[in-house]
Formats: sequence, C-alpha cells, structure tokens
Amino acid sequence: MAAQENKNIQLMSGGGKVLLALVGLFGVAALYRLATGLGAATNLNDDYPWGLWIAMDVMAGVALAAGGFAIAAAVYIFNMKKYKPIVRPAILTAYFGYLLVAVGIFFDIGKPHTLWHPLFMWQPHSVMFEVVMCVVMYLAVLTFEFAPTFFEGTGRKDLAEKLHSRPVLFFLVIAGITLSFFHQSSLGGLFLLMPSKLHHLWWTTLLPYNFYISAIAAGLAMVSFETVLAAKIFKHDQEKEILQGLATGTAVTLLIYLVMRLGDIVAKGNLGLAFEGSTASMLFLLEIVGGAIVPMILLAIPAIKKSIPALFITQLLVILGVVMNRFSVTFLAQGGGNSTYFPSFVEISITVGLIALLMFLYRASVIKLPVFSHAKTEK
Amino acid sequence: MGKSVLIDLTRCTGCRACQVSCKQWNERVARKTELNGNFTNPPEMSSDCYTRIKFIEHEKNGKPVWSFVKDQCLHCKEPACVSVCPVGALEKSKEGPVKYSYDKCIGCRYCMVACPFHIPKYEWEKVLPWVQKCSFCSERINDGMEPACVKVCPTDTMFYGEQNVVMAEAQKRIKENPGKYVNHIYGKDEAGGTAWMYISGVPFEELGFRMNIPKQSLPAYTWASLSTIPGKALGIVAGLVAIAYFRNRGNSEEDK
Repeated sequence: MAAQENKNIQLMSGGGKVLLALVGLFGVAALYRLATGLGAATNLNDDYPWGLWIAMDVMAGVALAAGGFAIAAAVYIFNMKKYKPIVRPAILTAYFGYLLVAVGIFFDIGKPHTLWHPLFMWQPHSVMFEVVMCVVMYLAVLTFEFAPTFFEGTGRKDLAEKLHSRPVLFFLVIAGITLSFFHQSSLGGLFLLMPSKLHHLWWTTLLPYNFYISAIAAGLAMVSFETVLAAKIFKHDQEKEILQGLATGTAVTLLIYLVMRLGDIVAKGNLGLAFEGSTASMLFLLEIVGGAIVPMILLAIPAIKKSIPALFITQLLVILGVVMNRFSVTFLAQGGGNSTYFPSFVEISITVGLIALLMFLYRASVIKLPVFSHAKTEK
Repeated sequence: MGKSVLIDLTRCTGCRACQVSCKQWNERVARKTELNGNFTNPPEMSSDCYTRIKFIEHEKNGKPVWSFVKDQCLHCKEPACVSVCPVGALEKSKEGPVKYSYDKCIGCRYCMVACPFHIPKYEWEKVLPWVQKCSFCSERINDGMEPACVKVCPTDTMFYGEQNVVMAEAQKRIKENPGKYVNHIYGKDEAGGTAWMYISGVPFEELGFRMNIPKQSLPAYTWASLSTIPGKALGIVAGLVAIAYFRNRGNSEEDK
C-alpha cells in the first residue's frame, strides 16, 4: 500500500530549499514578535486592531481549508466514489491549514501564553468562543482523519485499519462536516453585531451563510488548484474527470452564493451602493464580478473544462475572490479614525513563512506518505 | 438599576479638568503632543487616555463657535464588547460600569473591533499588553463616591445618579428649556441604551456623534444566530446520517 511512487523526488530539491528558507524567515520574525510585542512588530493600531494575520491566516485560511470537509462529504456521505483519490490530499491540506491557523492566532493575540483561556473560561454569547471551540474540536477530528495515512506510511497498517473502520470513519466525517458548518459560518457571524461599522454591501444577517457557501466554493477551488499543481510537480497524470467534476461543483456553489448574496442586497434596496464609486463599491464589484460571476460562467463552458490550464486559472480566480471577500469584511469593519494600516515586514514574513511551512509539510507528506498512491493502488 | 451620567454639552466650557482628574485617579501617564491645527488634545484617545474633550469648530447663526464634547466609554446597558469577549474578560456590573478582568484577557482585540463607539484601546507599546478604557471609576462608585471626572467638573456638566433619576433629569431639562436643546437624548436608545447619555444645543451629527448606531441591543444580532446552534447541529447530524444511509445502501465494507 505504501507505494513510494515519489521516491524519485527529493525532499530537499530546489523548491524544498526555498520553502525552508522562508520558514527560517518566519522563525526569526516570530521570535522578534514574541520578544518585542505587537506594537513594535506590527503596524496594527487602535483604528485597525485586526490586520493581515486575521484577514489572511484566519479568515482566508479557514475558508481555503474547506476542501477537507467538502470532499469528505462528497465521498463518504454522498457516496461519490469518483473523488476518492483526492480525499487524502484534501484532508491533508485542511489538517495543515488548521494547524497553521492555530499557530497564526498564537502570534496574533496580545498574550500568546493565554491561548488556552477560552477552553476553560467559557463565554457562550461570544461568536469567537464558538469559533475557537469548533476549530479545536475540528483539529482533533482532522488528526484522526489524517492518522491512517500517517500510520500506513510508517508501517503501522494495523492501526490505520482500525481508524478506518466504517463506524469510526462516519463518526469523524459527520463531526467534521457539522463542526465546519458552524465555524465557517461563524467567522462571518463575528461581524453580525457591526451593522454600523461594516459596509452594507457585506453586512447582512445572512453573513454566516454567505461565509459558509463561499468557503465551500473556495475549498473546492483550492482542491482543484492543488490537484493540478501536485500532478505537475510529482509527475503523475492529471485527474481530468475529477477536475471537471470539481469545476461543476464550484460553479454550482458560486451560483447559489450569488443568488443568495445579490438577492439579499437587491431585496434590501442596497444595490445602488455598488455603483456609488467609493473604494468599497469598487472592491465589491471586483470581488463579485471577477471572483464569482466570471469564473462561474467560465467553469460552465465545456471548452474551459477540457483545458487544464484554463481550469487552473479560473479556479484561481475563485480563490482570489473569496480571499478578497475576507479581506474586505475584515478591514471595512474597522477604521473610522485617523490611522491607516499596511502590514509590516514582520507581519508579512510570518504570514508568508506560515504558508511556506504549510507547503513544505504538504510536500514532505506527499513524498513520504501514501497520500496520492493510496487511491491509485485500489483502481 | 445601576448608575448613570448625563453630559449636558451646553454647560461644558472645555476646561479639561475632567481629563486631568481622570489621568490622576487612574494613574495614566501623559503623552507628549504637538500643535496640529486643532485644540483637541491629545488628538487621539489611547490606552493612557480614557477621556478627553473634543474641540469642535462649527457655525451657529452664521457665526463661528466652539462646541466641546467629552469622549469616554458609554457603558452600554447591553455592551457589544462584553458579548464578544471569548473569555468573559469584560463584564457589565449591576452598578453600571463595564468592567475588565486583566487576568482573563487573551488580547484578541475583538472588543475593539466590535465597539460601535470605538472606545477600547490597546497598550500597543507593551510586550504583554492589556485593553484599556474608562472604568466608570467603579471602585469609587462602590465606595459611594462619584466618578473622578464628575467630581472635578466646575460647571456641573455631568449629572450623576441612579439611571431613572438621570433619565428623568434629561427629559426635564429638554422640556423646561424650549429651544435650548435639540430633542434627542443621545444614549437613550443608541445601541439599546447606554449608561452615559448626552443632551446638546447643537444637532449631534454636527458634533461628530455616530448617528447610524442601531437603536437596539447589538448582542441581540449575534444571539439570534448563536442561540440556534443546538437545533441546527441536531438537524445537520440527522440529515447527514440519513443521506449517508440512503446513498451508501448496499456498499460492502471493502468499499469504504
């Protein structure tokens, strides 16, 4: 089972070294942040208490990791066997993605050593408390979902089999989907009580649902994106059928998202806000047209679906659109004073370094563990 | 019921004694500032500045005039900051103040983002920072004294007392002085009501007050969503189990 089809790829080749260098930069920046505090290390201020780390590492990061539960749902709940080969890569991405979200939050909070407080000082009226609890539990679920791959790769097949028994598997998958619904939607829920702060092209009582649906689109897009990349880097055949299926999935999800989001804006009579010419209205149009409407149409065109590069670029648009949405919500809900915000070198180093760490871990796992080979040998 | 304060902006002369007494009582350091074309000083509220007088230049009957607006935490009846804190570090006490527990706070800064009045500030310069804001002098109140700023005000701009007494006083002043005040008690309905309220002779929008604050409890927006979690969780799990059962009928164990 542990077919080492990637033996020929060296972990420490050129790409691996670049990633490790960026991880090193992260290490230095992280130490600097811990030693000097947020004020010295970041450009955060009283008008912008939340910056790049919250927008990218948490808001966007969690959305992009939605592929883990979405693919697990497709394969195990809806019994769409076609997607089995990408369950492991999707869960792997989600697992490392969430681990890095946790690391990102550790550096973002003012007192990193008190990160454990929410686990014991419960405050059920806080959306953030709910997000923390869901993310912690989902991390546990992902650990168990990832474990069989790890045990197979390290020669403990007996343990892998036990964890992969049907009852355990279904319990994990159902728990994962449920927890994901709540924390994905609750990241939008964080802004529910800010109708006077967040622009009304984004603020709505439907915010949690908008976040949930767009996260599914982003998760599917991300899985397609990395499936194409992985095939290129590790030199196996492109999974055309899977990619086309994912394209349909992304397009349908975007359609639901657009109907819900635009329908709500129109129903509230706020559509005019999109054409008022302000920065917010431009951001909205770019996000909705460039990141949702255009890719939705493209993904429905057969010629696009047949071309791997076209699919790749279109799914990238979806990813960028959702990332833009999370940035707009995070930053437009703040401000209003005299200060502006642009991330510092340390902030950028930590975010870039964390992404490099994620990619390095992914790379190492794909090389050392039966991530892609698992499903192949079953065929 | 809790304590409350009415700030009668028609009485304030901009002497800033409240700023000084607040700094002294709370032992906050002064920060060096510079002239910046505006008499509001310091130019920004900060972790060392819980209250300050804003100097607002505007026109009244064609003549330039100054209005003075005191800034500080409004101590909402149902505070957004209290509801969003993931560890319960902020708490609305029955005496009125919104209090902060230094030992609980993890520094997520959600309270700062959520506050509709932009009040909580952070000790950015510290390695292990805390959130800071006006405490309504809760220790003084508990000892039967009035807040430091109220105590020191030479023009009785602030009227301090039980919530219902203060509200009645605000309504009385507006009613008994036709033409002196605009007919709006800022804080009566804003964000579902605040313990600190304002009356003014100048429309509040001209003084830079935020006029788009919902006239309802802000945590209610969140609770409408959070309170549905148990029901939704049951529904989702039941739905998934049902779908999984019907979609996976006839699959053998090897299929997993």
